Amino acid sequence: MKKPLVFKTIDGCEAAAYVAFRLNEAMAIYPITPSSPIAEWCDQWASEGKKNIWDTQPAIIEMQSEGGAVGAVHGMLQTGSISTTFTASQGLLLMIPNMFKFAGELLPTVFHVTARTVATHALSIFGDHSDIMACRSTGWGMLGAASVQETMDFALISQAASMRSRLPFIHFFDGFRTSHEVSKIELLDESVLRTLIDKKIIAEIRARAMSPDKPVLRGTAQNPDAFFQGREAANNFYSACPDIVQKVMDEFAELTGRKYNLFDYVGAPDAERVIMLMGSGCETAHETVEHLAAKGEKMGVLKVRLYRPFDGRRFVAALPKTVKKIAVLDRTKEPGATGEPLYQDVVTALMEETAASRSHLMSLPQVFTGRYGLSSKEFTPAMVKAVFDNLSVVPKNHFTVGITDDVSNTSLKYDPEFSTEPKNVVRALFYGLGADGTVGANKNSIKIIGEETDNYAQGYFVYDSKKSGSMTVSHLRFGPQPIRSTYLVSSANFIACHLPGFLDRYEMLRALVPGGTFLLNTPHSKDDVWSKLPTPVQKSLLAKKAKFFVIDATKVARDSGMGGRINTIMQVCFFALSGVLPKDEAIDAIKKSIKKTYGKKGDEVVKMNLQAVDNTLAHLHEVPVLDNKLNGSGPFLPPISPEAPEFVRDVLGTIAAGFGDDLPVSAFPLDGSFPTGTSQYEKRNLALDIPVWDEKTCIQCLKCVAICPHATIRAKVYDVAELKNAPATFKVTDARVPEFKGLKFSLQVAAEDCTGCALCVDVCPAKNKTEAKLKAINMRPQVPLRSAEHDNWNYFLTLPEFDRRKIKTTTLRQQQILQPLFEFSGACAGCGETPYIKMLTQLFGDRAVIANATGCSSIYGGNLPTTPYTKNKCGRGPTWCNSLFEDNAEFGLGFRVSIDKQKEFAEELVKKISNEIGDELAIGILTADQNDEAGIYDQRERVVALKLKLQKLDSPEAKLLVPLADQLVKKSVWILGGDGWAYDIGYGGLDHVLASGRKVNVLVMDTEVYSNTGGQMSKSTPRGAIAKFAAGGKSAGKKDLGLIAMSYGNIYVASVAMGAKDEHTLKAFVEAESFPGPSLIIAYSHCIAHGIAVDMGVGARQQKLAVESGQWLLYRYDPRRAERGENPLQIDSSAAKSKVKDFMMTENRFKMLTKSKPDDAKKFFGQAQADADRRWKFYQFMAARDTKVENAPFTASKQPTAVDA
Amino acid sequence: MDLSTNYLGLKLRTPLVVSASPLSEDVDNIKRLSDAGAAAIVLYSLFEEQLRQDRLELNEHLQNGTDSFAEALSYFPEPDEFRLGPEEYLKHIAAAKKAVNIPIIASLNASSNGGWTSYAKQIQQAGADALELNIYYIPTSLELTGTEVELTYLDILKAVKAEVTIPIAVKLSPFFSSFANMAKRLDQAGANGLVLFNRFYQPDIDLETLEVKPDILLSTPMAMRLPLRWIALLHGRINASLAATSGIHRASDVLKMLMAGADVTMLCSTLLRHGIPKITAIERDLIIWMKEHDYKSVRQLKGSISQENCAEPAAFERAQYMKAICSQMNAIV
Repeated sequence: MKKPLVFKTIDGCEAAAYVAFRLNEAMAIYPITPSSPIAEWCDQWASEGKKNIWDTQPAIIEMQSEGGAVGAVHGMLQTGSISTTFTASQGLLLMIPNMFKFAGELLPTVFHVTARTVATHALSIFGDHSDIMACRSTGWGMLGAASVQETMDFALISQAASMRSRLPFIHFFDGFRTSHEVSKIELLDESVLRTLIDKKIIAEIRARAMSPDKPVLRGTAQNPDAFFQGREAANNFYSACPDIVQKVMDEFAELTGRKYNLFDYVGAPDAERVIMLMGSGCETAHETVEHLAAKGEKMGVLKVRLYRPFDGRRFVAALPKTVKKIAVLDRTKEPGATGEPLYQDVVTALMEETAASRSHLMSLPQVFTGRYGLSSKEFTPAMVKAVFDNLSVVPKNHFTVGITDDVSNTSLKYDPEFSTEPKNVVRALFYGLGADGTVGANKNSIKIIGEETDNYAQGYFVYDSKKSGSMTVSHLRFGPQPIRSTYLVSSANFIACHLPGFLDRYEMLRALVPGGTFLLNTPHSKDDVWSKLPTPVQKSLLAKKAKFFVIDATKVARDSGMGGRINTIMQVCFFALSGVLPKDEAIDAIKKSIKKTYGKKGDEVVKMNLQAVDNTLAHLHEVPVLDNKLNGSGPFLPPISPEAPEFVRDVLGTIAAGFGDDLPVSAFPLDGSFPTGTSQYEKRNLALDIPVWDEKTCIQCLKCVAICPHATIRAKVYDVAELKNAPATFKVTDARVPEFKGLKFSLQVAAEDCTGCALCVDVCPAKNKTEAKLKAINMRPQVPLRSAEHDNWNYFLTLPEFDRRKIKTTTLRQQQILQPLFEFSGACAGCGETPYIKMLTQLFGDRAVIANATGCSSIYGGNLPTTPYTKNKCGRGPTWCNSLFEDNAEFGLGFRVSIDKQKEFAEELVKKISNEIGDELAIGILTADQNDEAGIYDQRERVVALKLKLQKLDSPEAKLLVPLADQLVKKSVWILGGDGWAYDIGYGGLDHVLASGRKVNVLVMDTEVYSNTGGQMSKSTPRGAIAKFAAGGKSAGKKDLGLIAMSYGNIYVASVAMGAKDEHTLKAFVEAESFPGPSLIIAYSHCIAHGIAVDMGVGARQQKLAVESGQWLLYRYDPRRAERGENPLQIDSSAAKSKVKDFMMTENRFKMLTKSKPDDAKKFFGQAQADADRRWKFYQFMAARDTKVENAPFTASKQPTAVDA
Repeated sequence: MDLSTNYLGLKLRTPLVVSASPLSEDVDNIKRLSDAGAAAIVLYSLFEEQLRQDRLELNEHLQNGTDSFAEALSYFPEPDEFRLGPEEYLKHIAAAKKAVNIPIIASLNASSNGGWTSYAKQIQQAGADALELNIYYIPTSLELTGTEVELTYLDILKAVKAEVTIPIAVKLSPFFSSFANMAKRLDQAGANGLVLFNRFYQPDIDLETLEVKPDILLSTPMAMRLPLRWIALLHGRINASLAATSGIHRASDVLKMLMAGADVTMLCSTLLRHGIPKITAIERDLIIWMKEHDYKSVRQLKGSISQENCAEPAAFERAQYMKAICSQMNAIV
């Protein structure tokens, strides 16, 4: 019997989690985008004491990798627990070895997978079926959902089917498009779950579990005589499975009224053209087919639900007998195959069914195949229509749709104007700044409309790849029918721009329908605003006869105590203008929602938001568009400097402008290689305030230069003669460092690249003598300074770099003169990681080869459009690559082995042809001392001379030597990553690499959580910290990675915190790189995930507090000291001056626990103090030991492979 | 020896009361204080402003950086509920009451009208024997008149009195144009006791960092002179009990305060400096002195050298100040 309907407005992840949490007893989890929220929901519900359908709380454990998670689930299943995990992409691929075993052992389970692109020429976090398809030989059932509703439904159906069929199942839905789409859906009642999950089957699962009370042996090794037969023994389970799934679907329909089949056909009953696909594209195809079929077109769409086991009989039966042509669309690419996977299944099934005379089709249809939607590329009704149109003519096969392929000409043309959007659907677009609350407000609006009215609602959110100053675009739809439009809004009734600056750069009115409404947050009044608009915006408003409204939401927010959060205000405006709800009713609903959302955070927060609601409408004004003339402020600002090189301007610039979809295939590099040094062309002008140097107060310590996360503060020392053409406002003073005596000194800010975090001001130790609130660097509004500082910056860049050979790199105030080769990254404003990378590139960047683990550092380091690693004037700079998350240490070790081998080979060749190139040069090259900048400089000169000689030589050795000659100059191999990599997923590899003795340098930027995926607990997370997957506070202590590494005895290990002691960090980098074996630097990196105002420049202060309280130790362990008879360990921080709790209470990650679980907080904080005390005593003991006797075994030079020392 | 006294209508075993301090944050300490002989304990203050600040900060940190990057739409799990209100404080009152038999006086430092009354009510419900209103208020506005400041104190007291039935003490600063009048008006408005005086954090300047820093200094015995004078002046003139606080470190300090007219003396700095057992030592010394000087009870001592009862009432007034300076100067010259 059908229960009354309950609607909820949630996203795909929550829909999957809703079922998974209720239908499992044990879960092993690991974060990976876009599946992380599923695990986060489950962990949070468990920490709140929520229970599953059997009235018990599921056990949840975070593992060190997806490989670990699947192993743990294997164990859980073998011992009879209903268990699961959630993953995507590379994470799913790490599970494959075990997945074969699950299937072979007939272990029922459902893995919920947010289908995501597998990294190939590039990583992508977005959705396609490449990960799913990589698993199709594992023997798992695969059920694909196309919408948020189906995600909830299929989560249950797959679970019931898995238990009944004994086959493990992947339940997949498209990453982001479905996993992150917020949609109004019917909630499954728990009674439905209980009905479909048969208690008898649970008992059978338990009966099969491993138990010493009824022992069995599984996982045997078998020989040729047995394996094959055993492999065939379970065939019947596969043949039975489709019927079982259909039966579950039928029972589900009885209970809910929602009817599904293994293959669902929509369209004309007499269709001649049919397209087939699975996943979220089905919804768009459904919408398009309904639209076109209603006009009499003989077409249809076949949605594939159960992909494995593929039921050929049901597939053919689901087709209309009239079908003549089929287009099979795959959301994946299988290069070199005869076609993509679904196509191959379709062709095979059609042939088999026809051959067996089981087909009801009037004729054998022609089958064509095409690819669409890789990495969440848009898939629109226009593209669906293009596929049908292709079938109407002499069809192109193996086509692509959605891109312009001008290289192999696979793409279908489509009409971007074609639309199937129903008239009764309100469509809205919102352009917001990452931090302003726009997305949150829109999610809230969807909930209000979805849950307070009969309307259906959908929200999809697009974020850019920058972590600071990022733009968010919210795509909202509301209407009386379920919404199937799984594509972005391209024609909107309502568009809002929440950050005035975006209007100057992005052509956002392109999507506005004639007569539509445009809402702008602006500081300008309704009378002044018109002339401040860019001319193309004015043109659009006039041409579309748009309704135009303005509000100074920033001021209303400030006056209401909301700071920079304009969310509530803009939400009120939207409801007031869009007419989705009567105004008063909408405002009541907003207020109700505010009380519900913020109530738990206290009255003040509620009041503040209510105040903002009340203050809004009086400040909302209409600007009569048609009364105005075209008198705008000019064209849109270019996204990339016009002076940029052609590729940067035309390709990366197009991506930066938001039109990357328009770029053809030929625009892209063939192998994923991109030029470095491109972030300098993307002037983002993010900072409201920028630092301004006071040369009279400055003591030239260069702490500000060192700490600047975006390398926007630079210092140069130069001869006065260079100053000839200096702009009038360019600041100069005498250099204070004795070695620079007689030279000039300038500190310059890249005003247009600065993010305004003010870390520089916070670390500045110099105070103005007459006004102590001023320092040697102070924040001032950017706009009035922008133009002059633009000129000053460009002039500054023309000043020569100081000769590297003359800089003492162990003193910060000299070292920071070195040019950074990492600049203007997309990292968070105030980032704690990037200053370390910048320092690394200053010291070794011109000869650095970097392996970077996936994570924050690979995103701000290598996400298109522009990238921060750059080159010096000689064209040298870091070369950088990201392999995977888990293998980064091994990847970097590969660099080392390869480079060393090439160097060795080059040296052998030099020896062989020394008489040809001249003995003096050869000996010089072979015996070069490259331990300092001067030595490296000289070797580079020798290599230049060598290359000149080689040009004139014809011997085979000379030819071989030419491409190897540069390897004769010392290369610095760096392995970079975060704690998630180093402590967890990559730890096994890291350990092996450190133990190898090879000369690699490892930099762990330790934020103590998985920062990039939203702050999940790692083994580095300290005790008592709240993190995702540790919602109740982490009960275990932090792993001591440094101590483990020190136990080898031949690894240089340093624990640093730049914000606490910058010179110490510098010393550690220099020592680590000079050490002739492996080095490991563990660098404390403050992070937004710590719950501190990183963007307000407090990070360095927090680092200091951590060190002063003993929460973080500073030390260096240098095995070379042991050779000299000294204790290798030096502790570089002093005994704690304060309690650990004093530090903890300054960071929300700890303090929040006192608000959610005060008793646990007290316990954990006490234990944390004991941890710190114990650590201090232990390290003191280690550092104080008389090691003269025990140090004997190690000598660095004995290490087998330190060949470039 | 009868050391008993009466404060806010509560009968206390001795006049040695522990004033609001971090010592009372821990129930074990409360037990130790009671075991050491404390006659009553004023709990550490519940600061409404701090609670409010915590809530705003929590909201800020939970929102910070959210919904701006596709892979990290938030950075913290959000539990269904937070314990942001005074629950912990109220639980602490109950725990303290359970742990000891002596009166527990809660201390409230609110910053809004609502905060004063609602928290006061909850404190009473939690079982506190009395409530100390810590009106920690420095009027820094150039526009604010003395009259307005005085009214603020009276309004708060009246509002709280209207809501609760437990006795109320008001902890005051000495910075009023006419302190005696202020004391009288608070007395008339229903204060069951006055606690003299509140010590404010006094900012200091760090010469190395060139920054102003709030520096909390423990009191010295010198600090007792100010409350001593005013207690002596007020004793016998108002109905409210008088508690002396600031600079009471030794039994001799206690004796002087009692003689001036205090009903109780409040100890803090000396306990922080010397530890909880100091309270036992003070009581022992008190008894020794009283025995040596043939006193039978605290009642006898109380107010015996107040302005009303002392041989030279003018000694507590300003004239004497000039005389003291002159004699001091003469000594130096």
